[in-house]
Amino acid sequence: MPVIEVTNLHKRYGETVAVDDVSFDVAAGEIFGVLGPNGAGKTTTVECVAGLRVPDGGEVSVLGLDPRRDATRLRQLVGVQLQESQLPDRLRVAEALEMYASFYRDPTDPARLIDELGLGEKRNTPYQKLSGGQKQRLSIALALVGNPKIAILDELTTGLDPQARRDTWGLIERVRERGVTILLVTHFMEEAERLCDRLAVIDKGRVVALDSPTGLVSAVAPEQRIRFRPSAPLDDRLLADLPQVSAVTRSGTQVVVTGTGDVLHAVTSVLARNQIIAADLRLEQATLDDAFVELTGHRPAE
Amino acid sequence: MHAFGQILKIETRLYLRDLAAPLITIVLPLLLLTVFGMIPALRESNPDFGDRSFIQYFAPSLLVITLAMAAVNILPTVLATYRERGVLRRLATTPASPAALLAAQLVISLGTILISAVLLIVVGRLAFDVPLPRHPLGFALALVLGTAALLALGLLVAAVAPTNKSAQAIAVPLFMLVMFFGGVYLPRFMLPNFLVRIGDYTPPGVQALLDAWTTDAPRPLHLAIMAVIAVLAGSAAAKLFRWE
Repeated sequence: MPVIEVTNLHKRYGETVAVDDVSFDVAAGEIFGVLGPNGAGKTTTVECVAGLRVPDGGEVSVLGLDPRRDATRLRQLVGVQLQESQLPDRLRVAEALEMYASFYRDPTDPARLIDELGLGEKRNTPYQKLSGGQKQRLSIALALVGNPKIAILDELTTGLDPQARRDTWGLIERVRERGVTILLVTHFMEEAERLCDRLAVIDKGRVVALDSPTGLVSAVAPEQRIRFRPSAPLDDRLLADLPQVSAVTRSGTQVVVTGTGDVLHAVTSVLARNQIIAADLRLEQATLDDAFVELTGHRPAE
Repeated sequence: MHAFGQILKIETRLYLRDLAAPLITIVLPLLLLTVFGMIPALRESNPDFGDRSFIQYFAPSLLVITLAMAAVNILPTVLATYRERGVLRRLATTPASPAALLAAQLVISLGTILISAVLLIVVGRLAFDVPLPRHPLGFALALVLGTAALLALGLLVAAVAPTNKSAQAIAVPLFMLVMFFGGVYLPRFMLPNFLVRIGDYTPPGVQALLDAWTTDAPRPLHLAIMAVIAVLAGSAAAKLFRWE
């Protein structure tokens, strides 16, 4: 049962087409990623889902409601964390959360949320004195304080250092465990790979792929590559004859085996049978980065 | 309503935390009134000021400081900053409307103006022989219309300025003009006559305030002009205002 349905979404700004034709469904309890290069139309897409923009074409349905017509009801049910939205400098952490809590019919306890997000010691700290990671956690807290069924998080970890980024990921996983469906916009591969159950890769306003992170990778580049140095002379044919293996080459003292499926297991079994030890064994697989480049022709950020 | 109450409470705190704003808007006019009022010569009536004392003559200009600060200085910069930083946009995603934040800012401006007016009137009356407004209704009208005209101009600035910087670039010269024609920088008797006449029609309309405070009913034309400015600037602001 999808909680978000986007069908043939189209949005223009003047002559510029921001979103050409985007369709996807998000199931309840899922972390769904919208991935794509800058300017691909990710933010516009989720802004249409959040009801901040009116689509020029197509359908958007959130929890069975229309984001524009039923905006009042949906705002109670959907928490939104926007890219680059800040708070007044002198606003304190606890004040911000209590104020936002007052907007909702059934808010969560702000004090508990503050502790959960590790902002307990900062409750009386003004916004301007918070670090980037703390600001981001506060922003996420504001999106969650209304006890939403869906949280839309845009560029969650942009501008955070690697540690803060990892902390934020852990937080998002905990939020999902509470049953919140998460629509996540990102251009970090690592983030998408770690967090998302499924991903829509958007490029130039269109969905170019829609699958789980591993599904995307194996669809684009199913080949695996095994490198090792054999402890004894090895006849290449022993490996080349395996059904999983597509090629065996040599690179100096290294043997490089390319193949698909459980090629690693097949190769190591053969080596074991022949009492050959594989030194410096490495398995190389395509990453989401490779899939992304393949799909969009863009280098991913970072 | 609950949400609006919370927003108003928090915005009021933020306003007070920014010490400079309440100090210049409320304390400075009162301080100037006290300093000038302590000089005996300024409390004696003088034909130069239409048989008023200097203090009586200058009190409306002190009120102009409050009005100019609240309406064309603080209001547009706060709103432009909130828009620039995405505060308004973020509110638009919640059940609270960014309009509630705008309304809270207006309530704070009006509250500030009211407090300052009452303080100037009461302290002026008790300490420095400034009469209570001679024409209370006319005074109230002049204050309300003058405030409305200035707030409308402030909102218009907030509407057309996309960022804090650009809001200040428009608001500061406007603020200085309002202060100048309101007789704050130079008491108006020192200005050439044509500048004084321009000042009569420059929001908030210091002459109407002076008339109602110390003599009699303000002139209808003075009030009408303020009403026209309020309506024109107000509807332009409403048309041009963007939340993001």
